Amino acid sequence: MNKNEGMSLIVKTITRLTVGLILLFGIYIVSRGHLSPGGGFAGGVIIALALVNLLLAYGTRGLKKFPLMAAEIIETIGALFFILISLFGLILFGVYFYNFLGTGRPFNLMSAGIILPANIAIALKVGAGLYGIVVALVLAKSLMEKK
Amino acid sequence: MTIFIILLLIMIVGALVATYVRDLLSAVVSLGIVGLTQSVTMLLLGAPDLAIVQLVVEILTLIILIRATISKDISARVNGPREFLVAATGIFFVLSFLLISYHGLRHISAFGHPAMRISHDYLQQGLAQTGAANIVSAIILNYRAFDTLGEATILFAAVIGVYTVLREVGRKKSDEQK
Amino acid sequence: MVVYLLNFVLFGCGVYALMTRKNIIKMVIGLSIMEYAVNLFFIFLGYKTNGQYAFPIFFSDQKISFNQMVDPLPQALILTAIVIGLATTALFVAIAIRLYEKYNTFDISRIRRLRG
Repeated sequence: MNKNEGMSLIVKTITRLTVGLILLFGIYIVSRGHLSPGGGFAGGVIIALALVNLLLAYGTRGLKKFPLMAAEIIETIGALFFILISLFGLILFGVYFYNFLGTGRPFNLMSAGIILPANIAIALKVGAGLYGIVVALVLAKSLMEKK
Repeated sequence: MTIFIILLLIMIVGALVATYVRDLLSAVVSLGIVGLTQSVTMLLLGAPDLAIVQLVVEILTLIILIRATISKDISARVNGPREFLVAATGIFFVLSFLLISYHGLRHISAFGHPAMRISHDYLQQGLAQTGAANIVSAIILNYRAFDTLGEATILFAAVIGVYTVLREVGRKKSDEQK
Repeated sequence: MVVYLLNFVLFGCGVYALMTRKNIIKMVIGLSIMEYAVNLFFIFLGYKTNGQYAFPIFFSDQKISFNQMVDPLPQALILTAIVIGLATTALFVAIAIRLYEKYNTFDISRIRRLRG
């Protein structure tokens, strides 16, 4: 099994059809984190699973679409966004991690203050970080077998 | 309560199979059985958030273990004489741990009647104070947001650790001359 | 009480696998089993009787009062612990791959030399 080519034709076709649906499902779970079970962590791992699906089906050649440097940058952006949200409360109100957006009407999508932006930041960080880990492990293994 | 005992027995059988079987692929699949049964147990314990997270994390663990370690070239069987002393030490340690923990478990609240001194206030005022219907999300991102910041830091450190251990540049020259 | 003791037996299985196996991948499996057992113990601590439909989420047509809901605080603490367990397992596997590159085996009784 040549590692650069990926898997067979059936797997590639089904991956092309379903990876967009998995990504959409992950975004759905992240954005409704304050209304139903889920949240940033579950949605982030599902997004990572969609990207790992692409990597496994198309081999290391498919890495050109989403290289390792892009994963590192997105993870850093997610972490900085989370810290920025926490410092906003400190600068504007004098209390670290203050919930400055107000509560809104309950059971709505736009409610619950900073919980929605914080969920998005965590999903970016967890998804890109776990995808980067799997890419590093797969690249190291293909190097190990070349020797 | 009997359903929990049955599920825990399935998990213990799965763990013993994963320990003793010789083929590595079968051991990893057995670990998958333990994780999936744990996800069902968490669903029956009233924690749907955790069931989702445990399921997807279990799938990713299986992918990492199979894709990164098992192939046709790597010899998976480790042969050698079975050491009796090590196995006896292991069983002795586990039995003494169970005996000591029994003395400790008699003093915590009985199964099914938690103390809930802080959570009572969280459940009563959570919806009005934060506006979130999911109280678990309200706790991890509003009442206890520091712990989430710590978790983000740990994940970042683990990812940097993996990149550093598996990097290409900076290896010593003696590795290439072998 | 029986439920707690069976949970600790599962933890003991993980410790046994970590202590007595020589293959590094079996040690990773043992560590994973230990983490599952500890996470499950915290959720058992927060369970209220007849609580499998009383998860701590409010709906607009609320049928279950908050006095019957299970404890949400252990759930919030273990939610992050599960993802952290995955990250540490991945780090362990990365170290195992580097050891295989250097010594060409997964057997820890043959990996003897520690260089400073």
